[in-house]
Amino acid sequence: MPIEATVNGRKVTFQGEPDTPLLWAVREELGLTGSKFGCGIAACGACTMHVDGEPVRSCSLPIGDAAGKAITTIEGLKGADGTLHAVQQAWIDQQVPQCGYCQSGQIMAAVALIGRTGKPSDAQIDEAMTNICRCGTYPRIRAAIHAATIQAATNQAAPGQPAAQAQGAA
Amino acid sequence: MGIKRRVFLFGSMALAGAGVFGLKWSGSKALADAQSATVKPGEGGFAAFLKIAPDDTVTLYSPTIDFGQGSHTAQAQIVAEELGIDPAQVVVEQAPAMPGFANPGIIEGFGADAFGAIFKSLPASLLGFAARAMPMQMTGGSSAIRFTGRLTLARAAAGARKLLIEEAAERLKVGEGDIVLAGGRASHAASGRSLRIGEIAEAAAQRTLWSEPEPLPARAGKAVGQSPPRRDIPGKVDGSAVYGMDVKLPDMRVATLAMAPVRGGKLTGVDDKPALAVAGVEKVIRLDDAVVVVGKGYWPALKGVRALAPQFSDGGHGGLNSPGIFAAQDRLRDANKPDKVSKAGDVAAALEDKAAKVITADYRVPYLHHAMMEPFALTAHRQGDRLDIWAGLQDPLRTRQMAAKAAGLPEEAVTVHTTIMGGGFGRRFPDQCEIIDQVVKVASQCPWPVKLIWSREQELQHGSYRVQSSARLTAALKDGRIAALRTDYVQGENVEGEVGFVYQVPATERRHFKYKTNQIDGPFRSVNSNQFGYWTESFMDELAHAAGEDPYRFRRKHLADGSRQAKVLDEAARRAGWGSPLPAGTARGIALVECFGTIVAEVVEAGLREDGLPLVRKVTAVVDCGTTVNPRNAEAQIQGGIIQALSTAIAEEITLDKGAVVQSNFADYPILRLAEAPTVIDVHFIESGAPMGGIGEPGVPPATPALVNALFALTGKRVRTLPIRDQAKA
Repeated sequence: MPIEATVNGRKVTFQGEPDTPLLWAVREELGLTGSKFGCGIAACGACTMHVDGEPVRSCSLPIGDAAGKAITTIEGLKGADGTLHAVQQAWIDQQVPQCGYCQSGQIMAAVALIGRTGKPSDAQIDEAMTNICRCGTYPRIRAAIHAATIQAATNQAAPGQPAAQAQGAA
Repeated sequence: MGIKRRVFLFGSMALAGAGVFGLKWSGSKALADAQSATVKPGEGGFAAFLKIAPDDTVTLYSPTIDFGQGSHTAQAQIVAEELGIDPAQVVVEQAPAMPGFANPGIIEGFGADAFGAIFKSLPASLLGFAARAMPMQMTGGSSAIRFTGRLTLARAAAGARKLLIEEAAERLKVGEGDIVLAGGRASHAASGRSLRIGEIAEAAAQRTLWSEPEPLPARAGKAVGQSPPRRDIPGKVDGSAVYGMDVKLPDMRVATLAMAPVRGGKLTGVDDKPALAVAGVEKVIRLDDAVVVVGKGYWPALKGVRALAPQFSDGGHGGLNSPGIFAAQDRLRDANKPDKVSKAGDVAAALEDKAAKVITADYRVPYLHHAMMEPFALTAHRQGDRLDIWAGLQDPLRTRQMAAKAAGLPEEAVTVHTTIMGGGFGRRFPDQCEIIDQVVKVASQCPWPVKLIWSREQELQHGSYRVQSSARLTAALKDGRIAALRTDYVQGENVEGEVGFVYQVPATERRHFKYKTNQIDGPFRSVNSNQFGYWTESFMDELAHAAGEDPYRFRRKHLADGSRQAKVLDEAARRAGWGSPLPAGTARGIALVECFGTIVAEVVEAGLREDGLPLVRKVTAVVDCGTTVNPRNAEAQIQGGIIQALSTAIAEEITLDKGAVVQSNFADYPILRLAEAPTVIDVHFIESGAPMGGIGEPGVPPATPALVNALFALTGKRVRTLPIRDQAKA
């Protein structure tokens, strides 16, 4: 039975079985492949999407449970005019990604954290940012979250300038 | 390096299909193919790897892959330096998997490392021939900049520079020495006349170059040593980057599989009906050692696999388990018949010296999983006598060769589409990727393109793991100095490369005892320097304490004053505040390792969590890789390598039981998370100007021993078996 939901502001109808994980329905039915498959057991967070504003590990949420919900994926973060979200811009400014595979999920988790806390402390970052990065980009993820909140506080002034230099650059 | 040698080297590039400079060699067919695949009329193709278009765009066809280490950006900087342009003007494309784009610089670089002077006296034109014959498009060994960049690409760009200058001089009717190539123009300063590189490139590329071009010094001008942003990053923050997992083709199907749990086992039987009953499942395919389910999507295919109850043999390995492997390794070492010995000086005599104190310690390390974040996902499409394969692997040419063999087709019938990849760390060398054979065989039995995805469980249980190995280190300590050091190590392959001992000791000996299991001994980031770094630098710490000396000063007195190694160690100690007070419950450890041409010292500050696991608060790293091409990327590589090393050291372990891997996913194979990673990793580079070293791997090896040494300083407990877990707990 088709399942209706809203993805990135657009009404969609999923045709897959109700037990299909949201991740695979979004990737294979909608063709939105920015959300990644990493583990399939909600352990790594590469598949993180927002469901009704909350960060969710979409590899473990059946579409049957997502019916009628508002879903945002990494593709839906940009503004209508194509402007990057402040967190995405901070990720570029801090040169965070290496292989990049986990970073959609990291960004979705960071956007949710900032949405919830405004200006998260290091302790709040530690608690919320549980997604795995095998390349070890954690110091720059932390720096980018701080930079994004500074940027948001200054009304997104002067994109392209790192708000805080990555530590240790010599 | 004499001129004759250099001419020969350039000839080797021609043989590899790199020689549009006019030296006509038997490799011209490969070159012609490469040219026709990339160079259009009006454009100038230089040494296959470079192309200049009429609009001045410079395209670099990189023969190495960039899986996030930033090497394509750094290669663009090297090319820009030679051509006198801004790195932003260089577009980097993945070189096609064609023999004309084989990479002789890798063979020259590693050959010189391995064989030294003997290798350098070989006719160098063999290099290009060897690159094509192997075939060689490998990415690994921290070589994308020091070998591919400095040997293959800088020479191609220097040749282009020479020919552009010659062409401009002829057109402007002035001497070559009066032409300056800068800002995308060849200019004659005295007359103020100039030509754009794009308007002379096609003609310049037709000219004959009679000697091998001479690249500029590693750090000559503006482009090298800067940190322009990586071009791949925007696509990695908005979801648009296409990984192997993301390949989409019309009518494509998705497959997944169950492989024999015991490596070496075979599929002995399976009833495919339960899978075929799953909605969306279309086919069940039996391979030699796996059963594959093909469906309309990953979920139906996975449900299909889960519905099956395949039977597998154990290949005779059903008795294998991890404690048994260590026990067998101990017996082999105790039998005292090494397979290979490498030595300098008389270790045996020094150990028998009655005046010396003999110290021995045994170390053990487990199998480690690479845990690249993107599980394997390759796509293949068989259409009659043609095959297309979409693969993100560490050698596209070798991938083509293996795919052709699996398909029973000539290599020319196979097109490799190289995708970006979600990590690798040594897991994506084609020879260890049975998924190439699998996806080709599956696609050959299907009318559609098929993407084969390994689940995380299959990925984790069928790795090419960092070896499980053990070592006994024995030293003679005399008058507070090491008189001799012997390392007896047991593992699959002999590993003389990259395990050199950096300290000045009169006698050293490495004895290898070969012990194979059913597992593939895979290269893991930093390869054998990984386990050698751990046990050598842990043992150095043990010797320091046995000598009653500070671990930093003990190391330092075994290094020559003024040496690069001494400078790196001193700078690390100084920057870390070695010897200064720390908060209660925190201690420092230090380690120094040289590998892939780069020297790295690290100081770790660590404490213990309530559960007894280590908590690393700060790491200080000092690196001498000769010249940093892109310092910001280099910093990221060192930081990432340290975090990966700490993750493996603290809790990662693959174990075998009844021949099969016990762990199955991140729940029982934990990767370090952000909250557990050090908040401060201070990385400092010493620009010594020495021959360029690698940067992707050398940051890894010192971190584990530095942590273990810090825990000893904190608790007095010496961790000699990894992972550490709570072994240092009081």
